[in-house]
Amino acid sequence: MNALKIKKGSSKKSAYDLRDPNSDIVETHTLAVIVDNEPGVLARVIGLFSGRGYNIDSLTVAEVDHTGHQSRITIVTGGTPAVIEQIKAQLGRIVPVHRVHDLTVEGASVERELALFKVAGTGEKRVEALRMADIFRANAVDSTLESFVFELTGAPDKIDAFADLMRPLGLVEMARTGVAALSRGAE
Amino acid sequence: MTRQMTGAKMVVQALKDQGVDTVFGYPGGAVLPIYDEVFQQNDIRHVLVRHEQGAVHAAEGYARSTGKPGVVLVTSGPGATNAVTGLTDALLDSIPIVVLTGQVPTFMIGTDGFQEADTVGITRPCTKHNWLVKDTNKLADTIHQAFHVATTGRPGPTLIDIPKDVQFAQGTYVEPQKARTEHYQPQVKGDIDAITRLAEMIEAAERPVFYTGGGVINSGTAASQLLRELVDATNFPITSTLMGLGAYPASGKNWLGMLGMHGLYEANMAMHDCDLMINVGARFDDRITGRIDAFSPGSKKVHIDIDPSSINKVIHVDLPIVGDVGHVLEDLLRIWKSRGRKTNVEALGNWWKQIDAWKEVNCLDYKNSTQTIKPQHALQRLEAITRGMDRYVTTEVGQHQMWAAQFMGFDEPGRWMTSGGLGTMGYGLPASVGVQMAHPDSVVINVAGEASWLMNMQEMGTAVQFRLPIKQFILNNERLGMVRQWQELLHGERYSHSWSEALPDFVKLAEAFGCKGRLVKDPAELDDAIQEMLDYDGPFILDVMVEKHENCFPMIPSGEPHNKMLLGEASTADAIGTSGAVLV
Repeated sequence: MNALKIKKGSSKKSAYDLRDPNSDIVETHTLAVIVDNEPGVLARVIGLFSGRGYNIDSLTVAEVDHTGHQSRITIVTGGTPAVIEQIKAQLGRIVPVHRVHDLTVEGASVERELALFKVAGTGEKRVEALRMADIFRANAVDSTLESFVFELTGAPDKIDAFADLMRPLGLVEMARTGVAALSRGAE
Repeated sequence: MTRQMTGAKMVVQALKDQGVDTVFGYPGGAVLPIYDEVFQQNDIRHVLVRHEQGAVHAAEGYARSTGKPGVVLVTSGPGATNAVTGLTDALLDSIPIVVLTGQVPTFMIGTDGFQEADTVGITRPCTKHNWLVKDTNKLADTIHQAFHVATTGRPGPTLIDIPKDVQFAQGTYVEPQKARTEHYQPQVKGDIDAITRLAEMIEAAERPVFYTGGGVINSGTAASQLLRELVDATNFPITSTLMGLGAYPASGKNWLGMLGMHGLYEANMAMHDCDLMINVGARFDDRITGRIDAFSPGSKKVHIDIDPSSINKVIHVDLPIVGDVGHVLEDLLRIWKSRGRKTNVEALGNWWKQIDAWKEVNCLDYKNSTQTIKPQHALQRLEAITRGMDRYVTTEVGQHQMWAAQFMGFDEPGRWMTSGGLGTMGYGLPASVGVQMAHPDSVVINVAGEASWLMNMQEMGTAVQFRLPIKQFILNNERLGMVRQWQELLHGERYSHSWSEALPDFVKLAEAFGCKGRLVKDPAELDDAIQEMLDYDGPFILDVMVEKHENCFPMIPSGEPHNKMLLGEASTADAIGTSGAVLV
């Protein structure tokens, strides 16, 4: 499966191929795309998704190899198994794309996201917000007499849960980085 | 030894080192330094087109008839945007071309300068890859990469945007063999286990069919030879897409004719009823498959393709083989032969009996006339008179294109140039210019409809200037025939804007361009007119007035499977259901 630029062993012998390729069930997959950090490469990836009607739930990108000028684009996307396979094959076709990893099927992986929450309030709500932040191990990175900015790192559902709790306590706005993900283990 | 030179000189040097002998282009402000270098050398011929779209189609025609990449040189802004249709056409038909565009100087980029356009942004989705070169030291390397990317793997168009200051500046030239191409190395060898599995399937198949496409032709003449050897050795029937005509000879005994929406009855029925479909370098295009959920329901499907994204894109296949057609066929033949060259001869005999019964339907039958020239008859006569010649045929897009595919036969690859994927009206005339540039002594015929032909008719000027004796065979029905046919079948015969009003006099038009034309209406004069066209030593426009309301059959109505073909006028009532009406 080298031509697909997909990690060896990830497709043919994994559980993935045992599933029905014609299934209509929409799955969420996290893809790591290793690309040359050259002008326009992100536009190529995004243009592929918009041009072919695929979804992007989350996207992060940064150069991870400064000497080799390679960036890692982490995309969370949804689609039926056939669509996910097509997305990976289409990504592999882009000339500056070196590798496409489907972290959802290539074994266990860790996914983390960083989020900032601005919570405004006084009195009991303010105290409660601080207490919740402590439980979630969020750091207060800015504080005034009427507000906090909390920093929280975690899996996307943890971020969602914290946001739900902050909403009645005076959540003004939030910023999320999108998912960064790596496979577990030594490889 | 490092070689210092200006960016403009570097462009010409890089083209020479890539073996380029012909460039199709149009000058403008942002490419003047390159044109100055073109002026000062004699190794590369520059063909001045009359519109940049014509340059790209000419380069496509050149590429498809030679197997070498076509090269285009145009200016910034409108020069580049005019090239977009041609780039998209080349992308969809996998044609290797390299387009060089001028750009405003780097310090002006982003200021909405005169004739500035975001060329790499505009052409990103319609090229295989593109580059904006901001440093003269990287220019030669980038041009070599562009040739590498355009011609390897699944071929396609590449574009290099070169700002004017980069053309003037000095830099270091890099030879092709030293260019960085290592990270783009598509897989060409197929998986041997999968190929062995295919050999086993070939041995067991009772109702097999080869379904071949443009990938065989793109893979090179060796691939076509291997395909012929395989087909003849197995005695399997073979059909081809519009793009793949000529890979297996039309005169070959196993040839079923083209398949698809206007393909032959026997070809489509064989596709529908087969038990083993071997797709060689085709991509299950919607013109081929018809209704997806009823596409060849009883078959095991094998797909050989160099592009992994073609696999399972439209049709789920049982055995994918990613690799170059030539390499895979070579391995397949070797493995199949070493296993004893076995096929299921008895079942195959019955399968051929069934196919022969389908052939007896005579699906291309039409009612000829002694009063008006039927377009099918015109093409049959053109075919009969030119078949043995060293002949290349291009087409425009529409009914005439389908009739040409049905009634003309091609025995060699690279002899048939048509816009398949994009369906670009206006492709054929400039493509014939490109083909004739590459093959000055051959007969080059553009089978056209009058409406398509008008879309790029300015290129007759190019033909006259460069003394290219291209033959324009216009089937003139004063209609947009295919649009009209669909309106008849689908929109209650309300012919909304599908007729050609105020057409020019094509004979006078030919004279105005400085070439020759003839009008023919009478079937009795047709052969003489064709002969005059062929004998004339120069470009010729033959205006063949044909039956105006002739429909192109057979036809798979949209939304229907292969076995629901319309064979003629009698079968057309309510042929397309409401669900099919939304399809194109």
